[in-house]
Amino acid sequence: MLLITCPHCGPRAQAEFTFERPVETIVAIDASTANLVEKLYTRTNPRGASVELWRHARGCRAWLRIERNTVTHVIAATSLWATDT
Amino acid sequence: MTGHRLPAGGHIDRGRPVNFSFDGRSYSGFEGDTLASALIASGVMLLGRSFKYHRPRGILGAGVEEPNALVTANTGNRAEPNSRATDIFITEGLVATSQNRWPSLGFDMGAVTGLIAPFIPAGFYYKTFFGGPRLWLFFEHFIRRAAGLGPAPTRPDPDHYDHRAAFCDVLVVGSGPAGLAAADAACAAGQRVILTEQDRLLGGSLTVDTADISGQPALAWAEAVRARILANSGRVLTRTTATGYYDHDLLTLIERLGEPGQTPSPSTAQRLWRVRAGRVILAPGTIERPLLFTGNDRPGVMLSSAVRRYITRFAAVPGRRAVIAGCTDDMAQTARSLTNAGAKIAARIDTRRGDAILAAHGSPVAAVTARIAGQSRRITCDLVAMSGGFTPSVHLHSQAGGDLAWHDGCGAFVPAASRQSQTTTGSAAGLEGLNAILADGWAKGGGSTETAPRSTTAATGWHGSAPPITPAPKKAFIDFQNDVTAADLDLAWREGYRSVEHLKRYTTLGMATDQGKTSNIAGLLRLSENEARAPAAVGLTTFRPPYVPVTLGVLAGEDGGHHMAPRRRLALHAAHARHAPLWQPLGYWHRPRAYPRAGETLHSAALREARAVRTTLGLTDVSTLAKFDISGPDAAAFLEIVCATTIGKLAIGRGRYTFMLREDSMVADDGTVWRLAENRFLLTSSTGGADRMDAHLAYVRDILAPRLRVAIINVQEHWAAFAIAGPAARTTVETLTGAAAPRHMGAAPTNVAGVPGWLLAASYSGERAFELYFPANGIAPVWDAFETATLAQGGALYGLEALELLRIEKGHIVIGAEASGRTTPHDIGLSKMLRSGGFVGAPALGRPALQAPDRQMLVGLEAESPIPEGAMLVTAKGNAPQGYVTSAGSRVLGTGGIALALLERGMARADETLIASSPTRGLAVPVRVTAPVFHDAAGDRYRD
Repeated sequence: MLLITCPHCGPRAQAEFTFERPVETIVAIDASTANLVEKLYTRTNPRGASVELWRHARGCRAWLRIERNTVTHVIAATSLWATDT
Repeated sequence: MTGHRLPAGGHIDRGRPVNFSFDGRSYSGFEGDTLASALIASGVMLLGRSFKYHRPRGILGAGVEEPNALVTANTGNRAEPNSRATDIFITEGLVATSQNRWPSLGFDMGAVTGLIAPFIPAGFYYKTFFGGPRLWLFFEHFIRRAAGLGPAPTRPDPDHYDHRAAFCDVLVVGSGPAGLAAADAACAAGQRVILTEQDRLLGGSLTVDTADISGQPALAWAEAVRARILANSGRVLTRTTATGYYDHDLLTLIERLGEPGQTPSPSTAQRLWRVRAGRVILAPGTIERPLLFTGNDRPGVMLSSAVRRYITRFAAVPGRRAVIAGCTDDMAQTARSLTNAGAKIAARIDTRRGDAILAAHGSPVAAVTARIAGQSRRITCDLVAMSGGFTPSVHLHSQAGGDLAWHDGCGAFVPAASRQSQTTTGSAAGLEGLNAILADGWAKGGGSTETAPRSTTAATGWHGSAPPITPAPKKAFIDFQNDVTAADLDLAWREGYRSVEHLKRYTTLGMATDQGKTSNIAGLLRLSENEARAPAAVGLTTFRPPYVPVTLGVLAGEDGGHHMAPRRRLALHAAHARHAPLWQPLGYWHRPRAYPRAGETLHSAALREARAVRTTLGLTDVSTLAKFDISGPDAAAFLEIVCATTIGKLAIGRGRYTFMLREDSMVADDGTVWRLAENRFLLTSSTGGADRMDAHLAYVRDILAPRLRVAIINVQEHWAAFAIAGPAARTTVETLTGAAAPRHMGAAPTNVAGVPGWLLAASYSGERAFELYFPANGIAPVWDAFETATLAQGGALYGLEALELLRIEKGHIVIGAEASGRTTPHDIGLSKMLRSGGFVGAPALGRPALQAPDRQMLVGLEAESPIPEGAMLVTAKGNAPQGYVTSAGSRVLGTGGIALALLERGMARADETLIASSPTRGLAVPVRVTAPVFHDAAGDRYRD
């Protein structure tokens, strides 16, 4: 279980958080069909560095931007989600 | 019967005898004995039968690595099957029984399978399965009887288990000299330490081999370290095994508060600790390996270090005339222990000089054939102490993602680079010599070299300088618990299983409950010889938690039985309970399924309730629906992103049906949306999707459309609600509210019995209907008034089952059945309501495959008899299915079965006759394809 440092609440167990998705798979409401297909179905999904959207759902409910390595699970950075990210 | 107890010595309390039984016979041991040591002291050599060939087996080791001596501890609902006799400390009244034998341990019919061993080769299961079902069915009967370990108890476990979370600066696993030194150093540096030890005593190898440390006897030093840890706010957990090393330095520990089979006092039997550690020092030690020779599995053939442990730790001597064989310096210490205990050393066979044991004879062992200085000799003995090298326990290090490196001295792998905050010390790191181990532990704990604890006791090494002799005899057992021999591995290799991971699965090497603790390296060496590659190049299979078998009870903790999931009760639970309904779990909720009267079945009750709705009046609780209060200047714009239907044009006081899509354009949920004020809406959606919808709304608001000014309040539990439906619904509502009821899909504030709420004119049943929303803590008198009025008019309360009959007849979809997660709005008849775009799921609607004409689409089915739900739709028996029945019911007032289904090409096949086939139930019902509405298609019964 990961240990995630919430900018509001400090280090907390993963059980308090929900994983939403890799940031690159956020599909805009007005996306084209081709853009959606690329983001949801044909993306590269590489091993290693992954920038992800999480939520401290059972805590302060903040949305977080987390840089996580999918191989080692090392979390390089955690910050509050900024609308313009 | 050569095992016996020494008159003095050992860490046992001779003042406290403990009585126990094994296979119905009474024995006595002492407090501090394990079941294995007490049985050895009582002269018992045979403890069980092997898994596949039913060969007689005794005790191999003295710890958690034991593959052979598995017993069932205690009986009835406290029975704990597959407990290692070497890892149970006896308690008064312990009842232990051997396993996997019939009719008795001494005479086992299954042992004849040993005679047909050539017919159960490596990969037997694979080969039999590929040989066709008949062959398997033939063998299965015999195998299910013959193979297997102890049976699991069939009644609930009466014991309690709990979970605790903890954190510390340093977690030390193992309390041998290295672990103690590391814990002591960390403690001295002011760090908070948790020290775990799977034994009862601290000290690890120090409980076996005496030494002095820092001028004290070793165990006194161990106790001093314990005191220092406790004084420094640390924790010392004995009888606690670290079972898993997970991400970010989270470890699970299983603490035994009672022994297997013991009635725990207090009532907690085991505790699961989840420890988040700042750093982790692993000092788990090593596990000795068997030698490979024919008959190396016979009772009386034991690991050398285990023999010594029984003698010095428990004063239990496993034999009187011993052969010591192997490739390590550690054998000399065992020889000394045996001699001191009065046993004779019949032969010392050092395989490093080319000598070897070729075979062991007798059961229990009575002689060995050995090759000594080139001469074959037969040596009588009643004990073989073998030492094939020591394997560092790298399990936790590997679980934590650490790398391994081959260590020639150990003839095994040792920890190399770490991925997390773990470091390994002591013999598990490949170190030998007590002072070297103490110094390394001290340094890993953060101490400086000058202050490290030291021993003046002469320390001997334990490493072998060569791996076990090869090639091993074909019939030598490598994996004792799964009965895998060298010949099995060779056969698998010849059949092409070259990868260590494939070999494992094909031969079941290392897949027993001991997870190959004694067999891993031997199996690997055999493969590397066959492959003619270095062991390091062949590699090991993956180490996975748990390190030792863990009872399911401790994983469940207190979350078993009715604590497994919360039970959510309706605000009107008591009102329903008055009518003794059948309850149905719906997520965490419990809702009335039907209110049967005397003599009624579920179906007849539901039919009566549904008929009341169609003919007079029915009342049902709909409180569990998801409900959201959505307000703000941009509330309508927000809802138009969430929902695929038009929202913005909705007039104040009006509502409409709506549905939501997933991003892939499949229908995710549906419900109703009501405009209560210019900038305030009430959105309802399905009960089962409530939490998902809550998260989805937050995602849309915060991530997809963060600039919209909108507030979302989850009011699922604020509003309790019920529906009143039937021809008499309008007059009843108007009488009880004292006001004109709104027309269909209208919403109005209301007040009943002084309780303010909302009155929504919506119909799910297909009759004139209203939903009434009141605060959950105020709804009871309102319900009572409506219940009285309903029953007085000959109406009925109706539950989920009647609701289902009504909605199927009306052709309403539900989430999970028709909206299966694979259906688009087009597939289930919702496309007319779709907006052109701008909502979640819109981009994917353009995908060509989603417009294909042969997609499965919603249809109705009718038949003379009931239609089996879930049945596949075929044109004739044996043809490929073209769809399936999603919901099945019966006509409420008429007769015959009706159903909703998804069918290729959908309504293009109206009037076609198909077969609803359910082979598992032996049913095949002819059905006719119809429109998916069976009642009042025009909606005349509720529209104004």
